[in-house]
Amino acid sequence: MSVDDLRGRFEGLFERDVTLVLAVLGTIYLAYILAGVAFGYELRGQLNSIANLTFYIGVFGMLALALNLHWGYTGLFNIGIVGFMGIGIYVTALVSKPPVAEGGAAQVGGFGLPLFVGVLAGVVVAGLFGLLVALPALRLRADYLAIVTVAFSEIVRFTMMSRTFQTFTVPDTIDLWLFTFDPAADTVGLGGGGGLILNYTDPLEALLRALFLWEPYLGFVAFVQQNFISNNPKPVIDGVVYGIVLLVGVGLFYLLLSRTGKSPFGRVLKAIREDEDVANALGKDTDRFKLTAFVLGAALMGLGGILWYSGRGSITPPSFRPNITFFIWIALIIGGAGSNTGSFLGGAIFAGLLYEGPRYFKNLVETAFELGDAPRNFGEAMAGFASLDPMPFVLYTLDSISQLRLVIMGVVLIWLMHNRPEGLLGHRKETASSVDLARPGSGGSTGNPAAADGGEEQ
Amino acid sequence: MSETDESTASDSTPVEGAATDEEPSSAADDAAPAESSSDADLTELVEDDPETHTGDDGARYAPLEVEGLRKEFGGIVAVDDVSFDVEEGTLTGLIGPNGAGKSTTFNLITGMLDPDEGTVRFNGEDITGFEPHEIANQGLARTFQIARELEEMTVLENMMLAPKGQVGESLWRSILPITRGSVREQETEQLERVWEVLDFFEIDHLADEYAGNLSGGQRKLLEMARALLTDPDVLLLDEPFAGVNPSLEKRLLEHIHELRERGYTFLIVEHDMDLIMNNCERVIVMHQGRILKDGTPTEIKESEEVIEAYLGGEV
Repeated sequence: MSVDDLRGRFEGLFERDVTLVLAVLGTIYLAYILAGVAFGYELRGQLNSIANLTFYIGVFGMLALALNLHWGYTGLFNIGIVGFMGIGIYVTALVSKPPVAEGGAAQVGGFGLPLFVGVLAGVVVAGLFGLLVALPALRLRADYLAIVTVAFSEIVRFTMMSRTFQTFTVPDTIDLWLFTFDPAADTVGLGGGGGLILNYTDPLEALLRALFLWEPYLGFVAFVQQNFISNNPKPVIDGVVYGIVLLVGVGLFYLLLSRTGKSPFGRVLKAIREDEDVANALGKDTDRFKLTAFVLGAALMGLGGILWYSGRGSITPPSFRPNITFFIWIALIIGGAGSNTGSFLGGAIFAGLLYEGPRYFKNLVETAFELGDAPRNFGEAMAGFASLDPMPFVLYTLDSISQLRLVIMGVVLIWLMHNRPEGLLGHRKETASSVDLARPGSGGSTGNPAAADGGEEQ
Repeated sequence: MSETDESTASDSTPVEGAATDEEPSSAADDAAPAESSSDADLTELVEDDPETHTGDDGARYAPLEVEGLRKEFGGIVAVDDVSFDVEEGTLTGLIGPNGAGKSTTFNLITGMLDPDEGTVRFNGEDITGFEPHEIANQGLARTFQIARELEEMTVLENMMLAPKGQVGESLWRSILPITRGSVREQETEQLERVWEVLDFFEIDHLADEYAGNLSGGQRKLLEMARALLTDPDVLLLDEPFAGVNPSLEKRLLEHIHELRERGYTFLIVEHDMDLIMNNCERVIVMHQGRILKDGTPTEIKESEEVIEAYLGGEV
């Protein structure tokens, strides 16, 4: 491959994806940094704000990518995403939490296995549940699959809350047919309504230790403490580094899913989305393809859930309500179902503008205008209008912006459905093939335009 | 994405790759119709199937045999005791008025519907109750009455979808770096064939177009081209000329005749009596779910029953 050819490839790449992604990310980050400046944040505050933003861009980007495999490629209407996320993180917790005897305040312990085993188990079990849901449901048409998945995610949440599964006592020895073993765990369970305390090794520490980067990392933290942030910088740096880890995760998701998409496998998925009967008539065992795609997507959703919650101190069932599922759907719809780049962009825009944005907007307005206290209820807010004073209403609106967030999302969604239902990048040609489909031996990808055409009756 | 040098990284031979290099069938040596403006060589498209060579003992081999087929929809008998066979290398027409059960028969043969009674045999094997994809993989391809394109896929993607035995249809082969090379290799070979067929049907200038943007006639061409890429022995065309203008109809017919001369077998469902009479060696007339008459066009034209039940009813 000549240098020119190589350069051409890279230029093409820049025109298409990288520029767009970088431009969008750059704009969002710039806006957040400027907002931070307006708030008078020190370096610590800025880093915190950036880490927080990166975290949400990362998780929403990953989950939108996983959903894109289900909906964008295969046309599987999965509205039970949060169920798979919950299974992922709960299984990770069960496997990796230390037993109660060593676990301090925790009421419910785990099997005390290393965190990477837990993560792997979480992903695999989420995939297995994907299989469980998909086996009966994929024989049904789209809407029924949707009902099954949303019901499944609610079943998962109620199981987490259930007293029946709150705690189990693990026998000292487990006698399986072939071998006997002695689990470290004493009491395990899902923790019921109180949730689980995630008292395993900090995931970032576990990762860095596995990469033999833990000591250099501590050195770096000490360096920052001496030179930039004197007062306990570690949580802030942890946040930033975890954000970077998530972005790397997004990159891996993207790589995996664009390879899946740009292959004969992805082509069959697209065909199933367009017309399953046709795919079947062309000799494709569509059930097998749908099943594989669903299981892979569910496993990735499990991983997304693990990465979202594993850094938290604890998990509780209310975190796994269906609203998360719909957030991810909105992200995918913004970006454009069917395009992997679009899915990530949608995730980033959703995280930056709709999910975290309103809070920043509120803080910004409050900082800028030195507003007084907001009215306590809607009546007081409306009372201002009697004397033609809109301020109480404005203040009230600003004060309730976290609740209004859902309204804003709804408005954006309705606007998109009317004006750009395909999303930012939905109708782009992400050709489902591992090779360039141009006529072999010719430069351009179109054939001879002079050939007779069959479009006489147009 | 850095996949540039992976095609060279692996040298494993794709499963299907060898098929395209096989000897062309002898039928391909026959003169092509003079009207064919395409310079594409279709000989490579035809698989050398040992079963297609029969001795000259007169009776032609019938790859598709239907026996006693029956289908009811809630008390209404759509197809009743239908038996026929389709001989190799022929153009067989299946005609009948609306509601005669032609499309239902098609769906029963191709596995879209399961018959209540009767058997479908293909190349000697009983394929009754098989899944549509299994039947397609046996070498029995179909097109649909209303051309069903995969609208948000390009013409090229539509075509690349069709070939059988693609190694890249396994998820792991497609994503693992070690095996992706063989996937790319096979796709490159497949692509050549795809372009040949596009040239043959003269829709190569539409290659990058979304299938949803094609006109009705172009869709019919694409659908037939796509079905052809599954390497079928027998092609079942469900009203291939419906909604097609006369000049395209002529072209489609030329394509069909040319392919038949190259050894493909066709079963065509059609409304247009004249078209079938002028082009098929054999015509099966269906009426009210039953087979009314089965014979040569001349026999059909002279049949009192047919004229009464079908032509007479219409005029």
